[in-house]
Amino acid sequence: MAERTRNNPNEAYIKYVSSVSPKTKETRSLLNAFLVGGAICVIGQFLRYMFEFLFGMRGDELAGSVSVVLIFLSALLTGLGVYDRIGKYAGGGSIVPITGFANSVVAPAMEFRSEGFVYGLAAKMFVIAGPILVFGIASSVAVGLIYYIAGLF
Amino acid sequence: MAKEYEIIYMFIKAFIVGGSICTIAQLLINYTKVTPGKILVYFLLAGVFLQAIGLYGYLVDFAGAGATVPISGFGYLLAEGAIKGARENLFGAITGGVKAAAAGITAAIVFGYVFALAFRPKSKKN
Repeated sequence: MAERTRNNPNEAYIKYVSSVSPKTKETRSLLNAFLVGGAICVIGQFLRYMFEFLFGMRGDELAGSVSVVLIFLSALLTGLGVYDRIGKYAGGGSIVPITGFANSVVAPAMEFRSEGFVYGLAAKMFVIAGPILVFGIASSVAVGLIYYIAGLF
Repeated sequence: MAKEYEIIYMFIKAFIVGGSICTIAQLLINYTKVTPGKILVYFLLAGVFLQAIGLYGYLVDFAGAGATVPISGFGYLLAEGAIKGARENLFGAITGGVKAAAAGITAAIVFGYVFALAFRPKSKKN
Protein backbone atom coordinates (compact mmCIF):
# COMPACT_ATOMS: atom_id res chain seq x y z
CA MET A 1 0.00 0.00 0.00
CA ALA A 2 2.81 2.34 0.92
CA GLU A 3 4.66 1.25 -2.23
CA ARG A 4 1.71 2.07 -4.38
CA THR A 5 1.36 5.57 -3.05
CA ARG A 6 5.07 6.04 -3.55
CA ASN A 7 4.97 4.74 -7.11
CA ASN A 8 1.99 6.69 -8.30
CA PRO A 9 3.59 10.13 -8.23
CA ASN A 10 6.68 8.59 -9.90
CA GLU A 11 4.64 7.19 -12.74
CA ALA A 12 2.86 10.45 -13.20
CA TYR A 13 6.16 12.25 -13.14
CA ILE A 14 7.80 9.87 -15.66
CA LYS A 15 4.77 10.14 -17.89
CA TYR A 16 5.01 13.89 -17.66
CA VAL A 17 8.73 13.90 -18.44
CA SER A 18 8.41 11.57 -21.44
CA SER A 19 5.50 13.54 -22.82
CA VAL A 20 7.22 16.90 -22.49
CA SER A 21 10.99 16.72 -22.73
CA PRO A 22 11.60 14.75 -25.98
CA LYS A 23 8.90 16.69 -27.75
CA THR A 24 10.50 20.05 -27.05
CA LYS A 25 13.87 18.61 -28.11
CA GLU A 26 12.34 17.33 -31.33
CA THR A 27 10.62 20.59 -32.23
CA ARG A 28 13.92 22.35 -31.52
CA SER A 29 15.75 19.99 -33.91
CA LEU A 30 13.12 20.60 -36.58
CA LEU A 31 13.57 24.35 -36.23
CA ASN A 32 17.37 24.01 -36.37
CA ALA A 33 17.15 21.85 -39.50
CA PHE A 34 14.84 24.41 -41.12
CA LEU A 35 17.06 27.38 -40.27
CA VAL A 36 20.41 25.82 -41.23
CA GLY A 37 19.04 24.11 -44.37
CA GLY A 38 17.36 27.34 -45.42
CA ALA A 39 20.53 29.33 -44.75
CA ILE A 40 22.63 26.99 -46.93
CA CYS A 41 20.08 27.38 -49.73
CA VAL A 42 20.21 31.17 -49.34
CA ILE A 43 24.02 31.01 -49.74
CA GLY A 44 23.40 28.92 -52.87
CA GLN A 45 20.92 31.52 -54.16
CA PHE A 46 23.42 34.30 -53.43
CA LEU A 47 26.07 32.43 -55.47
CA ARG A 48 23.53 31.95 -58.29
CA TYR A 49 22.95 35.71 -58.49
CA MET A 50 26.70 36.40 -58.25
CA PHE A 51 27.57 34.07 -61.13
CA GLU A 52 24.59 35.23 -63.16
CA PHE A 53 25.39 38.95 -62.90
CA LEU A 54 29.21 38.77 -62.86
CA PHE A 55 29.84 36.07 -65.47
CA GLY A 56 26.50 35.90 -67.29
CA MET A 57 26.07 32.17 -66.59
CA ARG A 58 22.81 30.37 -67.28
CA GLY A 59 21.15 26.98 -66.97
CA ASP A 60 23.33 23.93 -66.36
CA GLU A 61 26.57 25.95 -66.25
CA LEU A 62 25.13 28.16 -63.49
CA ALA A 63 23.77 25.23 -61.45
CA GLY A 64 27.03 23.30 -61.88
CA SER A 65 29.24 26.23 -60.83
CA VAL A 66 27.16 26.89 -57.71
CA SER A 67 27.39 23.19 -56.76
CA VAL A 68 31.17 23.22 -57.26
CA VAL A 69 31.62 26.24 -54.96
CA LEU A 70 29.32 24.80 -52.28
CA ILE A 71 31.10 21.42 -52.44
CA PHE A 72 34.47 23.19 -52.20
CA LEU A 73 33.36 25.15 -49.11
CA SER A 74 31.85 22.08 -47.47
CA ALA A 75 34.94 19.93 -48.11
CA LEU A 76 37.11 22.69 -46.62
CA LEU A 77 34.88 23.13 -43.56
CA THR A 78 34.78 19.36 -43.06
CA GLY A 79 38.57 19.25 -43.18
CA LEU A 80 38.74 22.02 -40.58
CA GLY A 81 36.25 20.12 -38.41
CA VAL A 82 33.68 22.93 -38.57
CA TYR A 83 31.04 21.15 -40.65
CA ASP A 84 30.64 18.28 -38.19
CA ARG A 85 30.02 20.81 -35.43
CA ILE A 86 27.31 22.44 -37.57
CA GLY A 87 25.94 18.94 -38.23
CA LYS A 88 25.54 18.17 -34.53
CA TYR A 89 23.38 21.27 -34.22
CA ALA A 90 21.51 21.11 -37.52
CA GLY A 91 20.86 17.40 -38.21
CA GLY A 92 18.89 17.13 -41.44
CA GLY A 93 19.67 20.76 -42.25
CA SER A 94 23.31 19.88 -42.87
CA ILE A 95 22.75 16.40 -44.35
CA VAL A 96 20.32 17.05 -47.19
CA PRO A 97 21.96 20.01 -49.00
CA ILE A 98 24.70 19.20 -51.53
CA THR A 99 27.18 20.31 -48.84
CA GLY A 100 26.14 17.25 -46.83
CA PHE A 101 26.99 15.07 -49.83
CA ALA A 102 30.49 16.59 -49.92
CA ASN A 103 30.76 16.13 -46.15
CA SER A 104 29.86 12.45 -46.52
CA VAL A 105 32.75 12.12 -49.02
CA VAL A 106 35.43 13.90 -46.98
CA ALA A 107 34.61 12.80 -43.42
CA PRO A 108 35.07 9.00 -43.81
CA ALA A 109 38.05 9.53 -46.13
CA MET A 110 39.83 11.57 -43.43
CA GLU A 111 38.93 9.00 -40.80
CA PHE A 112 40.46 6.10 -42.72
CA ARG A 113 43.55 7.75 -44.23
CA SER A 114 45.73 5.78 -41.80
CA GLU A 115 44.75 2.64 -43.79
CA GLY A 116 46.53 4.01 -46.85
CA PHE A 117 45.90 6.41 -49.71
CA VAL A 118 44.23 3.82 -51.95
CA TYR A 119 42.15 1.38 -49.89
CA GLY A 120 41.88 3.74 -46.93
CA LEU A 121 41.38 7.26 -48.20
CA ALA A 122 40.19 6.78 -51.79
CA ALA A 123 37.96 3.77 -51.13
CA LYS A 124 36.26 5.18 -48.02
CA MET A 125 35.26 8.36 -49.87
CA PHE A 126 32.40 6.32 -51.31
CA VAL A 127 30.99 4.72 -48.17
CA ILE A 128 27.93 7.01 -48.32
CA ALA A 129 28.51 8.71 -51.69
CA GLY A 130 28.75 5.34 -53.48
CA PRO A 131 25.08 4.36 -53.03
CA ILE A 132 24.06 7.90 -54.02
CA LEU A 133 26.01 7.64 -57.27
CA VAL A 134 24.79 4.08 -57.94
CA PHE A 135 21.09 4.89 -57.46
CA GLY A 136 21.36 8.35 -58.99
CA ILE A 137 23.12 7.25 -62.17
CA ALA A 138 21.11 4.03 -62.53
CA SER A 139 17.81 5.86 -62.14
CA SER A 140 18.89 8.61 -64.57
CA VAL A 141 19.67 5.92 -67.18
CA ALA A 142 16.26 4.35 -66.52
CA VAL A 143 14.55 7.73 -66.97
CA GLY A 144 16.57 8.37 -70.15
CA LEU A 145 15.65 4.98 -71.63
CA ILE A 146 11.95 5.39 -70.80
CA TYR A 147 11.89 8.83 -72.46
CA TYR A 148 13.88 7.50 -75.45
CA ILE A 149 11.54 4.52 -75.98
CA ALA A 150 8.46 6.70 -75.47
CA GLY A 151 9.91 9.13 -78.03
CA LEU A 152 10.15 6.39 -80.68
CA PHE A 153 6.39 6.09 -80.99
CA MET B 1 12.99 48.83 -57.75
CA ALA B 2 10.80 45.99 -58.92
CA LYS B 3 13.88 43.92 -59.63
CA GLU B 4 15.35 44.47 -56.17
CA TYR B 5 12.07 43.39 -54.65
CA GLU B 6 12.12 40.28 -56.84
CA ILE B 7 15.64 39.32 -55.67
CA ILE B 8 14.72 39.65 -51.99
CA TYR B 9 11.55 37.65 -52.59
CA MET B 10 13.65 34.93 -54.29
CA PHE B 11 15.94 34.69 -51.25
CA ILE B 12 12.91 34.24 -48.99
CA LYS B 13 11.48 31.54 -51.26
CA ALA B 14 14.85 29.74 -51.40
CA PHE B 15 15.08 29.88 -47.59
CA ILE B 16 11.58 28.53 -47.01
CA VAL B 17 11.63 25.78 -49.64
CA GLY B 18 15.18 24.65 -48.83
CA GLY B 19 14.47 24.77 -45.10
CA SER B 20 11.26 22.78 -45.55
CA ILE B 21 13.02 20.01 -47.49
CA CYS B 22 15.58 19.78 -44.67
CA THR B 23 12.80 19.73 -42.08
CA ILE B 24 11.23 16.71 -43.81
CA ALA B 25 14.61 14.96 -43.48
CA GLN B 26 14.74 15.90 -39.78
CA LEU B 27 11.23 14.48 -39.30
CA LEU B 28 12.46 11.19 -40.80
CA ILE B 29 15.47 11.24 -38.44
CA ASN B 30 13.29 11.96 -35.39
CA TYR B 31 10.37 9.61 -35.98
CA THR B 32 11.79 6.74 -38.05
CA LYS B 33 14.97 4.67 -37.89
CA VAL B 34 16.20 5.71 -41.34
CA THR B 35 19.95 6.44 -41.35
CA PRO B 36 21.26 9.71 -42.85
CA GLY B 37 22.88 7.81 -45.75
CA LYS B 38 19.54 6.30 -46.71
CA ILE B 39 17.80 9.67 -46.37
CA LEU B 40 20.23 11.06 -48.97
CA VAL B 41 19.41 8.17 -51.33
CA TYR B 42 15.64 8.57 -50.82
CA PHE B 43 15.73 12.34 -51.40
CA LEU B 44 17.88 11.86 -54.49
CA LEU B 45 15.46 9.28 -55.91
CA ALA B 46 12.53 11.55 -55.03
CA GLY B 47 14.19 14.32 -57.08
CA VAL B 48 14.77 11.95 -60.02
CA PHE B 49 11.18 10.68 -59.88
CA LEU B 50 9.59 14.12 -59.53
CA GLN B 51 11.52 15.38 -62.55
CA ALA B 52 10.76 12.19 -64.51
CA ILE B 53 7.06 13.04 -64.19
CA GLY B 54 7.92 16.67 -64.94
CA LEU B 55 7.22 18.32 -61.58
CA TYR B 56 10.53 19.22 -59.91
CA GLY B 57 11.35 21.78 -62.60
CA TYR B 58 8.43 23.93 -61.39
CA LEU B 59 9.90 23.91 -57.88
CA VAL B 60 13.28 24.96 -59.31
CA ASP B 61 11.64 27.83 -61.21
CA PHE B 62 9.82 28.87 -58.05
CA ALA B 63 12.54 28.57 -55.42
CA GLY B 64 15.86 28.57 -57.31
CA ALA B 65 18.65 27.36 -55.05
CA GLY B 66 16.05 26.33 -52.47
CA ALA B 67 15.24 23.45 -54.82
CA THR B 68 18.62 22.86 -56.51
CA VAL B 69 20.92 22.88 -53.45
CA PRO B 70 19.23 19.97 -51.56
CA ILE B 71 20.27 16.51 -52.80
CA SER B 72 16.87 16.16 -54.52
CA GLY B 73 18.12 18.93 -56.83
CA PHE B 74 21.03 16.67 -57.75
CA GLY B 75 18.47 14.01 -58.69
CA TYR B 76 16.59 16.64 -60.70
CA LEU B 77 19.79 17.48 -62.59
CA LEU B 78 20.42 13.78 -63.39
CA ALA B 79 16.86 13.18 -64.61
CA GLU B 80 16.70 16.44 -66.55
CA GLY B 81 20.00 15.63 -68.30
CA ALA B 82 18.78 12.14 -69.21
CA ILE B 83 15.49 13.51 -70.60
CA LYS B 84 17.35 16.12 -72.67
CA GLY B 85 19.75 13.45 -73.96
CA ALA B 86 16.87 11.10 -74.80
CA ARG B 87 15.47 13.72 -77.18
CA GLU B 88 18.63 13.36 -79.30
CA ASN B 89 19.49 9.67 -79.43
CA LEU B 90 20.01 6.48 -77.42
CA PHE B 91 23.58 7.47 -76.52
CA GLY B 92 22.28 10.75 -75.12
CA ALA B 93 19.61 8.95 -73.10
CA ILE B 94 22.29 6.88 -71.33
CA THR B 95 24.99 9.54 -70.89
CA GLY B 96 22.82 12.65 -70.41
CA GLY B 97 22.32 12.27 -66.66
CA VAL B 98 25.97 11.98 -65.69
CA LYS B 99 26.86 14.67 -68.23
CA ALA B 100 24.55 17.16 -66.49
CA ALA B 101 25.78 16.20 -63.02
CA ALA B 102 29.45 15.99 -64.06
CA ALA B 103 30.46 19.23 -62.32
CA GLY B 104 29.10 18.14 -58.93
CA ILE B 105 30.47 14.60 -59.13
CA THR B 106 33.92 15.79 -60.24
CA ALA B 107 34.06 18.49 -57.56
CA ALA B 108 33.04 16.03 -54.82
CA ILE B 109 35.69 13.50 -55.86
CA VAL B 110 38.56 15.94 -56.50
CA PHE B 111 37.98 18.32 -53.56
CA GLY B 112 37.06 15.34 -51.38
CA TYR B 113 40.36 13.60 -52.06
CA VAL B 114 42.46 16.77 -51.81
CA PHE B 115 40.95 17.97 -48.53
CA ALA B 116 40.94 14.50 -46.97
CA LEU B 117 44.63 14.38 -47.86
CA ALA B 118 45.37 17.87 -46.54
CA PHE B 119 43.61 17.66 -43.15
CA ARG B 120 43.85 15.26 -40.26
CA PRO B 121 40.73 14.35 -38.29
CA LYS B 122 40.27 16.45 -35.18
CA SER B 123 40.63 14.65 -31.88
CA LYS B 124 37.13 14.04 -30.56
CA LYS B 125 37.09 15.86 -27.27
CA ASN B 126 33.36 16.26 -26.89
